[in-house]
Amino acid sequence: MKDIIIKNGYVYDPLNGIDGEIMDISMSKGKIVNFVKDAKEIDASGKIVMPGGVDLHSHIAGSKINIGRLMRPEDHRKDVVKKSSVTRSGVGYSCPSTFVTGYRYAQMGYTSVMEAAMPPLGARHVHEELADIPIIDKAAFTLFGNNYFTLKYVKEGDHEKLKAFVAWMLRATRGYAVKIVNPGGVENWKWGRNVFGLDGNVEDYDITPRQIVTGLARANEELGLPHTIHLHCNNLGMPGNYKTTIETMEVAKAIKPKKGRKTTVHVVHCQFNALAGDNWMNVKSGAPHIAKYVNANDHVTLDLGQLIFTDTTTMTGDGPWQFALWNMTGNKWVNSDVEMEAGAGVVPYEFKKNNLANTVQWGIGLELALMIKDPWKVYMTTDHPNGGPFTYYPKVMAWLMSRQARTDTMRTLNKACLRRTGLADNYREYTFNELAVVTRAGTAQALGLKDKGHLGVGADADVAVYDLDPTEWRPSRYRELEKAFAKASYTVKGGQVVVKDGVVTATPLGATHWVDAKIPEKVEADLMKDLERDFKRYYTVSLRNYPVEDVYTPVQKVHKAGGEWK
Amino acid sequence: MEKVDVVCPFCGCLCDDLVVTVDGGHVTDIKNGCVVSRSKFMNHGKHRVSSATAHNEKKNIQEAVDAAIKILSHSKRPLIYGLSSTECGAISKAIEIAEVTGGVVDNTASVCHGPTILALQQVGESKASLGEIMNRADMVVFWGANPTEAHLRHITRYSVMPKGMYVEGRKARKVVVVDVRKTRTARMADKFIQIQPNGDYEVLQTMRALVRGEEIDVDEVAGIPIDELKALVTEMSEAKFGAVFFGLGLTQSEGRHMNIDAAVGLVSEMNRKTKFVLTPMRGHYNVAGANTVFTWQTGHPYAVDFSRGYPRYNPGEFTAVDLLASGEVDAALIIASDPAATFPVDAAKHLAKIPVVTLEQKKTPTTMLSEVVIPVATAGIEADGTAYRMDGVALRLSKLVEPPEGVFSDEHILDLILNGLKEAAK
Repeated sequence: MKDIIIKNGYVYDPLNGIDGEIMDISMSKGKIVNFVKDAKEIDASGKIVMPGGVDLHSHIAGSKINIGRLMRPEDHRKDVVKKSSVTRSGVGYSCPSTFVTGYRYAQMGYTSVMEAAMPPLGARHVHEELADIPIIDKAAFTLFGNNYFTLKYVKEGDHEKLKAFVAWMLRATRGYAVKIVNPGGVENWKWGRNVFGLDGNVEDYDITPRQIVTGLARANEELGLPHTIHLHCNNLGMPGNYKTTIETMEVAKAIKPKKGRKTTVHVVHCQFNALAGDNWMNVKSGAPHIAKYVNANDHVTLDLGQLIFTDTTTMTGDGPWQFALWNMTGNKWVNSDVEMEAGAGVVPYEFKKNNLANTVQWGIGLELALMIKDPWKVYMTTDHPNGGPFTYYPKVMAWLMSRQARTDTMRTLNKACLRRTGLADNYREYTFNELAVVTRAGTAQALGLKDKGHLGVGADADVAVYDLDPTEWRPSRYRELEKAFAKASYTVKGGQVVVKDGVVTATPLGATHWVDAKIPEKVEADLMKDLERDFKRYYTVSLRNYPVEDVYTPVQKVHKAGGEWK
Repeated sequence: MEKVDVVCPFCGCLCDDLVVTVDGGHVTDIKNGCVVSRSKFMNHGKHRVSSATAHNEKKNIQEAVDAAIKILSHSKRPLIYGLSSTECGAISKAIEIAEVTGGVVDNTASVCHGPTILALQQVGESKASLGEIMNRADMVVFWGANPTEAHLRHITRYSVMPKGMYVEGRKARKVVVVDVRKTRTARMADKFIQIQPNGDYEVLQTMRALVRGEEIDVDEVAGIPIDELKALVTEMSEAKFGAVFFGLGLTQSEGRHMNIDAAVGLVSEMNRKTKFVLTPMRGHYNVAGANTVFTWQTGHPYAVDFSRGYPRYNPGEFTAVDLLASGEVDAALIIASDPAATFPVDAAKHLAKIPVVTLEQKKTPTTMLSEVVIPVATAGIEADGTAYRMDGVALRLSKLVEPPEGVFSDEHILDLILNGLKEAAK
């Protein structure tokens, strides 16, 4: 592979303190280097250069998104993708096929994407799909918050075993982070019920969500995992839930973070958990409360789950919430419970501009982004495809960077948005540097992906070039921004040009990242006894057939973790 | 040598607890398997296609592959069909062959649980992995399904007999069978409800109405007294966790996908009272995998046409039986299936008229009418790979013994064909 130098671009590399300087970026053998000779030159003069985008919460692979694909031929019909001499055919819109997922992220200059919810028993399926997503690097977050062993060890107060279990399970599923979805609620849903709030009762275990979050967050930090716990709070989608969200953040405050970081929790798609009011008729923004808390505390990061006005497909590991959504909408509903571990639901949903609640939700997402002062604490996502397809990211960028863009959208909305959020009075506009933080530098840092999200020497050679002159651009010209960020001028992945002028030119297979955390032998031996006994009793798959084999991660990057043990 | 926890490549149960003894490169014994599984493992070496053939002449593999490439590259509209009894790697290659040739790819779901998928696309479904049912279900309903004869260990391993976390085995479960005749499964049930043939839709819709508390002004529906249906609905509502398993008795009788639509509706409705799930009894061991791989690669589970360069889906138009019966396809590539024996006569007749390439282990009616036959390894015995259980759980199939000399896996042969087609297109 030929070396590459990207010359004369305006470089935004916040992790290295570079804010729009004109610089050359050199790369060789897949890494950023100081100098190259005889390199392929890419002229980026008058253009923006950023590290490749890093999406830390998206649903791109596994049974949930595949149920979405399966149940929505009408969604595919409006967005078909032809094959080319380099690319495979497929379908797009809210549930894109695997190949198209890789292409479309790369076309936007994104080079790393995290699958946010992997049921352990479905891990093999997740990895089969990840291996069919070209170009981008990826990882999957293993679901822990309703797992039998988690609940059992929390109940027994056996913290060392819980830690060992987390480490073992990440290895068995080739997972990258600890994902928690409606802790305890999905377990209760297996009897058709839910849990409400942090101190609700998880029926068969007689424990609370508070205990589950505390146990897993402690285990996570003591194991020294690269990312914090990745938490979908209780009471999602219920007006008034901002209180639960803040209480949950407060729970994580008591946890001692891993050495070298301040954070102990990442709260996902916070828009859905930042609702004030008592019901969907009087719902209003709870974003100011959450922003106030996050501004005063350093142990929390969150992402938006920004809502887009379009027809999309909601899918979460939160079975009871999807059931509630089915009851609200009457749309088609898939529920899928996984023995001993997790659940999921899928319901198509159209966010409408004339729907009072939807417009408030739209405002909440943007308010969170604008009211939280430090962009290192709040990241841009749509919780693809829950808030909307990831292909709408350029639109979200425009709303963040241009008040004009927000005003133009607000003019078309139900007026509730104006009355029930403070968005109209918010004049903040993101800078390009802040945009780089919320779409790559901050997310890479939160994930602990040290070689991603920046352009320092030794970083992975994942780079995006956008055809927009930041010195001339003004927020009123937000449509130009949308256009430039929708189709990158160049995307370089691992030192190879994969997109040129918005067209995919090469489709190498990116790596799957996972975490291998060390467990002391004695603790592991004890854990294995429990696993062997309970697998035999309660699982329909044998323990031997459970862990994902090496063959499912054809290109992989293993992150070692060790941590503190008694 | 004994290999434990081997996954069985026969039916959608995908039992993963077989103990297989391999001696001198042959399977010599198998434990834990059902009789069908045993037969598959012990006899996989018999009646094999002895060598590759093209136009009734013996060929080596490469010559046969070249003949296959010639047929497929000359075809204006090839059909690629089968795939439910092979592993996912082969399925993946078959889809790409359809894309490269601008053909149509379909799997056997189009003649079994296709209607189930159509219903799911209309209304969704409430489902669970089999272990959920084992651990929690105190009520199990088999509707138009006869696992005692079709999924032999389903009852003992997953749905009726086993002790689960909250259920003390058979006695703690209420088992109901709804069928048109008293099957062997019905004989072990607590309650058997005999339904008139093709009466399923009416009965299911009546039950939905009863769940909602509507009064029904008839004495019987499809031969079942209304009081019996009322009693059944009451029992279902009182269960802590109920599961409905349905088979081809529901998908292939009158009403087809509308039957499943009604069954899904009933089960969804039940979730407003208690917890209820339903699961289709998938037949071939990897038909669920075929649907799964098709869906993540093309967005569609079966019946996918690539003639416009992008995937289009239309069951009834792009399904194998319909394409053959209408004489629309001019060549076929058949993998791990025997359509000549199982398809309606009009479809099979057209298959006999066009050049057919078949990848098979054994002699079948389809190999007999094929222009090109390529012997392949038996997935799960002679080749490894992935398969998806009827509830969507993916498991690893193992390679226990070497295939006969000069015989390769489906995936390998399809890869050779694919690369040849790509070369030919240049």
